[in-house]
Amino acid sequence: MNFLSIFVLIPSLMLLGLWAARNIKQIRAVMVTGASMLMIAAVALAYLYVRARAAGDTSQMLFTSSVEWYKPLNICYAVGVDGISVVMLLLSAVIVFTGVFASWKMKLQTKEFFLWFSLLSMGVLGFFISIDLFTMFMFYEIALIPMYLLIGIWGTGRKEYSAMKLTLMLMGASAFLLMGILGIFFGAGGTTMNILEIAKLHIPIDLQRIFFPITFLGFGVLGALFPFHTWSPDGHASAPTAVSMLHAGVLMKLGGYGCFRVAMYLMPEAATELSWIFLILTGISVVYGAFSACVQTDLKYINAYSSVSHCGLVLFAILMMTHTASTGAVLQMLSHGLITALFFALIGMIYGRTHTRDVRELRGLMKVMPFLSVGYVVAGFANLGLPGFSGFVAEMKIFVGSFENAETFNRVWTIIATTSIVITAVYILRLVGRIIYGEVENKKYLSLTDATWDERLCVIVLVAAVAGLGCFPLWFSNIIDESTLPVITQLMNH
Amino acid sequence: MEQYSITPLIILLPLAAFLLLGLFGNRFKPLTAGIIATLEMTATTVIAYFTAFSYFTSDRLPDGTFATFTPFDYVWLPLGEKLTFNMGILLDPISVMMLIVITTVSLMVHIYSLGYMKGEKGFQRYFAFLSLFTMSMLGLVVATNIFQMYLFWELVGVSSYLLIGFYYTKPSAIAASKKAFIVTRFADLGFLIGILVYGYYVGSYSFEYSAHLKAIATAGTMIPLALGLMIIGGAGKSAMFPFHLWLPDAMEGPTPVSALIHAATMVVAGVYLIARLFPLFVGFAPDVLHLAGYVGAFTALFAAVIACVQTDIKRVLAFSTISQIGFMIVALGVSTSADPHHGGLGYMASMFHLFTHAMFKALLFLGAGAVIHAVHSNEMKDMGGLWKYMPLTHITFLVACLAIAGIPPFSGFFSKDEILAATFMFSPTMGYLMTFIAGLTAFYMFRLYYNIFWAKPYEVKSGHGGHAHKPHEAPAVMTFPLLFLAAVTCVAGFIPFGNFVSSNGEAYHIHIDKQVAVTSVVVALVGIGIATLMYRGASRKVADGLERGFGFLYRAAVHRFYIDEIYQFVTHKIIFALISKPIAWFDRHVVDAFFDRLAWLAHVTATKIKGLQGGNVQSYAVVFLWGILAIMVALLFITFGVFWLM
Repeated sequence: MNFLSIFVLIPSLMLLGLWAARNIKQIRAVMVTGASMLMIAAVALAYLYVRARAAGDTSQMLFTSSVEWYKPLNICYAVGVDGISVVMLLLSAVIVFTGVFASWKMKLQTKEFFLWFSLLSMGVLGFFISIDLFTMFMFYEIALIPMYLLIGIWGTGRKEYSAMKLTLMLMGASAFLLMGILGIFFGAGGTTMNILEIAKLHIPIDLQRIFFPITFLGFGVLGALFPFHTWSPDGHASAPTAVSMLHAGVLMKLGGYGCFRVAMYLMPEAATELSWIFLILTGISVVYGAFSACVQTDLKYINAYSSVSHCGLVLFAILMMTHTASTGAVLQMLSHGLITALFFALIGMIYGRTHTRDVRELRGLMKVMPFLSVGYVVAGFANLGLPGFSGFVAEMKIFVGSFENAETFNRVWTIIATTSIVITAVYILRLVGRIIYGEVENKKYLSLTDATWDERLCVIVLVAAVAGLGCFPLWFSNIIDESTLPVITQLMNH
Repeated sequence: MEQYSITPLIILLPLAAFLLLGLFGNRFKPLTAGIIATLEMTATTVIAYFTAFSYFTSDRLPDGTFATFTPFDYVWLPLGEKLTFNMGILLDPISVMMLIVITTVSLMVHIYSLGYMKGEKGFQRYFAFLSLFTMSMLGLVVATNIFQMYLFWELVGVSSYLLIGFYYTKPSAIAASKKAFIVTRFADLGFLIGILVYGYYVGSYSFEYSAHLKAIATAGTMIPLALGLMIIGGAGKSAMFPFHLWLPDAMEGPTPVSALIHAATMVVAGVYLIARLFPLFVGFAPDVLHLAGYVGAFTALFAAVIACVQTDIKRVLAFSTISQIGFMIVALGVSTSADPHHGGLGYMASMFHLFTHAMFKALLFLGAGAVIHAVHSNEMKDMGGLWKYMPLTHITFLVACLAIAGIPPFSGFFSKDEILAATFMFSPTMGYLMTFIAGLTAFYMFRLYYNIFWAKPYEVKSGHGGHAHKPHEAPAVMTFPLLFLAAVTCVAGFIPFGNFVSSNGEAYHIHIDKQVAVTSVVVALVGIGIATLMYRGASRKVADGLERGFGFLYRAAVHRFYIDEIYQFVTHKIIFALISKPIAWFDRHVVDAFFDRLAWLAHVTATKIKGLQGGNVQSYAVVFLWGILAIMVALLFITFGVFWLM
């Protein structure tokens, strides 16, 4: 057993603890302890990782270990981390931690809610430490199933419909994914499921041509690839706050992570050959999502479409196949994860007070809930890529990196994608001007209160993370840079 | 170099003030917060002056130029193998000059705001934003590379947004702040793409061009392209046509903010950008530079015409700012070489005008603020005859008007004279055009002056509670900045500006071109004369007659030539109605509907065939029998049918 398994162990212990918990106080105690331990584990891992790198360890993945699981198919429980996984684990730990505080006042079947929530966390954390295709897929599925129940039971609005839609579309995607994984496994000779080992083998180009699109699509759906993104607006709109946070913040990142680590890395030839198809789709996602967000009236829909645009940028950057752009993609995953979680948390808190998310009804929130409103404005600025926040760093890295790809086709799409920074400003400022500023129109809102301590904690942690990444990006950029290099080398060698 | 070790404080102090007041502002009493910010600004100003003093008194290099120092330059974010995004401090004549301008005006505005904003809700927030703006603007001018400049460029944009929208419950302020941000952001898109192109082909973002001359030379047409795109960003911030439309609306912000951001500092960022890239422009893209000059000339004329008919005093000043920035851009645009004696005079003239304009325009805005403070209105019709009630404001405002009109010995005369001399060297047509605009400037400024301070005796209205409301002079915290800036305006013209700043860095001795000077003063006096005739007295016969005579032109100018309507049309009718709405519709009714249909199809199929597994033994038996029958028929057909057919 490797110490990385602690990221699976802690959620398991949380499940046990919740099972034993008797009242809300104990449930909260379990969740806070568990989430804090995850944070500590993630920070400790980052520290150990940097120390090991500084000591001169240049292997691609650190702390690897592999336990044989099912011999006939060569399935192992194999774990290991590189810079990308480390930062993604940090992101997940922050989102889980803040998610606990965002659902502090959950009343309905609290225990069950947190049980599923912990299982979901286990899925995403397990996914990021896996380097075995099968283990990875398994954790992916673990993360997917609780979503159905969390939205279907604890959601709002058309929750059954949305839960069903989200689950069906993502399940459809995972069917593709399974096909892709099996294709990779057998294409590489059927001897190993370990990503690092497959990367050394060569998958015949004919098979790559079939399985690259399948795998990319399988992960891409989760990353809200146009036109398979429609689960996202409905799903996010119906999901309870913490679930939206975890889903948009972390789960959607599984898509980009998988596309990069599995599809592109293991099938580099087909990736170089066929990337243009997906580049068009992601390019459309970026602009299309932003324009769609301009006319939405539900706060969560606006944010969901904004996510389509920003997650589109992640896949877009990966497909540019330059070192800088791929590092930018990982930074964008981090940045979008934090910003969108902040947004969903704030929307949840506003909704909890006003019981509406309709932008036509909300007005003048600054007067009644200044803390939440300032938080919302900050989230908005971060979202439109203001310097000092993480979005700027990620976007600049992506745009500079994309421009390194000197093909005219790629250049044109890069310029199209840059227009999204203007459109984002349009919908964010429209929203801020509409709901935050102005006079309070609905007199009922005058009696509303501002954030409570648990909500403040949640917002402050996320804002600090967004600003920290935005002001001091060098450390993150460096550890990601060295970890995207092997994938880019793989792509360049073919 | 060691004397510059405290220079970073110029940026860090305002940043600290912003964080302190932004995070904990409400813990302080309003006045305490204001005083903290003002003290911090005083310290920043002292350090900036100290830096400038040690910079300009240091020995020149053997070639007669001031050395360029980069006391700090750190890699902030690596962008690829060669490219890095650095943060640092660059000291050269223009950045040091800008430090002086920004800190001086900012300090005056801080002091003035203590009086002007007294009693306003959000006093702490106001000073926090002022500090944020000052920090960003200072960071912009000392940038060591184009990307750092872009970063702070965006930050000044957002501080401007926050300050324009300071009265956030006022719909017009919300709309104006949004417009300002989006229009400039749109222009910044050009800036960003320009940076991408430049970085890719040159391999560095640094302003130290000399190390990259080879790459620049081999990049060919990409350099003019990159510079042209960057200028778009500059045009956005500096409100050049067609991006000018955000600036008049930006007057919704508090008046001291207009003085600081929308008159003296941020709006000249575009001019500064061109000046910063000047060696590249004259060396590799002179055509782009001249094009910018023509745009600047057009904007100067266009805005001056509109300024002649506006009735809101802040809008008159806003259009006047646009027009004056046009002058600065023209001065840069007519440069043909880096030698101040042969075609490079414009660079010095532009920077000189930037300096003097910052002082007298800030003075005009602060004076206008004092007037608005006294009469509680922005409209000329509510003013008139105020000279009696506000003597200090009146005198200082007059000084600024004379300066902007180009009357010696006030500062504006000297800088404008250099600009006109530079344009005459480039082409006489351009020279006469700019002289004409200078005359127009004198006219509309004195129209403003007379309408505020003379025209008719002030009608004292009875206010609340029966007591008459009489306008009165502003308190000392507000008049001190006025007096200070007026004093600067009186003497700034005699600064040997060319000694410090010139296109090739060598000392350039400013000499007044007599012919140009006489022409421009005469034209300005004519402008003032006409304004005196038309607006000095209470009778508005001439003015009304002209308005009627040129009815069409007058209405078009009042409506700012309908550019705002075009903007409204583009945003609402095109972006929202023609692009976003159809896309959102398509998303719901085509893409999403497709997947819903897919699910529905699965559902329907399932419903139809689910009877097959109903658990009913009889129906199983029936299906079984039919199945046997069908197989038998098929077998018979296959075995014998073949023979029958034969």
